[in-house]
Amino acid sequence: MSARRGGRPLPALAAACVVLGFTQAAPAAEIPSAERRSGYEFMSRETRAMQDDDATNPAVLWLLDGEALWNRKDGAAGRACADCHGNARASMKGAAARHPAWDAAAGRPVNLEQRINACRAGRQQAAPLAYESRDLLALTAYVARQSRGMPVDIAIDKRTKPFLDAGRDTFMRRQGQLNLACTQCHDELWGRKLAGSTIPQAHPTGYPLYRLEWQGLGSLQRRLRNCLTGMRAEPYPFGAPEFVDLELYLMWRARGMKMESPAVRP
Amino acid sequence: MARAVVSLPATVKRGEIVEIKTLVQHAMETGFRRTQLGIAIPRDIIRLFVCTYNGEEIFRAEFHPAIAANPLLTFTTVATESGSIAFTWTGDKGFSLTESARITVE
Ligand code: HEC
Ligand code: HEC
Repeated sequence: MSARRGGRPLPALAAACVVLGFTQAAPAAEIPSAERRSGYEFMSRETRAMQDDDATNPAVLWLLDGEALWNRKDGAAGRACADCHGNARASMKGAAARHPAWDAAAGRPVNLEQRINACRAGRQQAAPLAYESRDLLALTAYVARQSRGMPVDIAIDKRTKPFLDAGRDTFMRRQGQLNLACTQCHDELWGRKLAGSTIPQAHPTGYPLYRLEWQGLGSLQRRLRNCLTGMRAEPYPFGAPEFVDLELYLMWRARGMKMESPAVRP
Repeated sequence: MARAVVSLPATVKRGEIVEIKTLVQHAMETGFRRTQLGIAIPRDIIRLFVCTYNGEEIFRAEFHPAIAANPLLTFTTVATESGSIAFTWTGDKGFSLTESARITVE
């Protein structure tokens, strides 16, 4: 059992970047669909086994909390998620696989956390839950669990296209004091080592997930903050439109891949 | 409230080796960390885990700082008779949690 806590998000990144020797100027091509691999496939046998078994995947503890919250009446409206949506196993099937999704009220795509908070504020008349709070992670994990095994299915149309493009731009753009772009690691150098870690392809199919380094559950945006601070770029605040656009691009980039929430990562 | 998940086969043959897995929700705060303002965060860990099979102790584990959060234990026992397997975790700040499971031995 590991007891690493907090710590630096991408250890020895600067030195490792020198070793990897980033030279590329032109943006890399998208990974062909036959070569797409979930972060799961880069993990050790032990960590994969931990994810696969509900008796050992620690995210199960959050799922139990999420189920309790789903059935609990809350807010001025005195209603539970279940009062409107019934059994989550049926009503929430596929919901996580199609988020971020267009939201007419917001006039832009919203991610799953924002969609849940919209129901809390608008339908339950309760205070929205804070990003990375235990309750929001638990509810999101519980809703996302109902999409496990389903293919990522992001609909891109006239309305969502500009947001997808903005997300792709962020992924391709060099930024931060190390002048790196996400694409350099995740499109070009996946499968290689960065210090002790294997660089994955950055597919968002397992979130929210239990990261051993975090010793807890965390959202996709928390993971993205880790990569941004590792690049010594300033991370966006939780819920920022830039983050949701990036999430939209990552989900679209992983289209057709199987959802595995809540996953485990090292 | 903290949660625990225990898993073991519901039905086994007499004399069979039974694998038991337990997962418990706990921060396992080591007592060695400080906040960003330098204030020490007090230790808050599980100290002891005990498993009994029809009242008889079959497994115990002492926990110490630096054991990961949400500790996961896997251990085995031999199926002797039908009955109840009980699990208890106790620790700092009055932490105490009990879980139990039925087992049928054929
Ligand atoms: C210098 C290389 C590097 C750069 C640049 C980088 N990352 Fe990462 N990224 C990593 C590594 C290494 C991991 C895995 C870390 C681990 O397992 O501890 C990772 C993990 C991820 C994951 C998690 C995948 C999973 O399976 O859960 C996502 C998503 C991700 N990165 C997205 C991004 C985005 C978006 C950017 C740009 C803002 C970015 N990364 C920039 C190296 C990088
Ligand atoms: C008063 C009824 C009501 C309550 C209570 C409610 N919702 Fe909703 N929810 C809706 C309706 C109606 C929609 C679809 C229309 C919309 O709002 O966009 C929806 C949509 C959703 C969606 C998007 C589903 C999809 O397929 O894309 C999610 C996720 C969701 N709700 C989660 C929750 C959660 C979690 C709770 C409890 C915290 C909750 N809802 C409470 C009425 C409700």
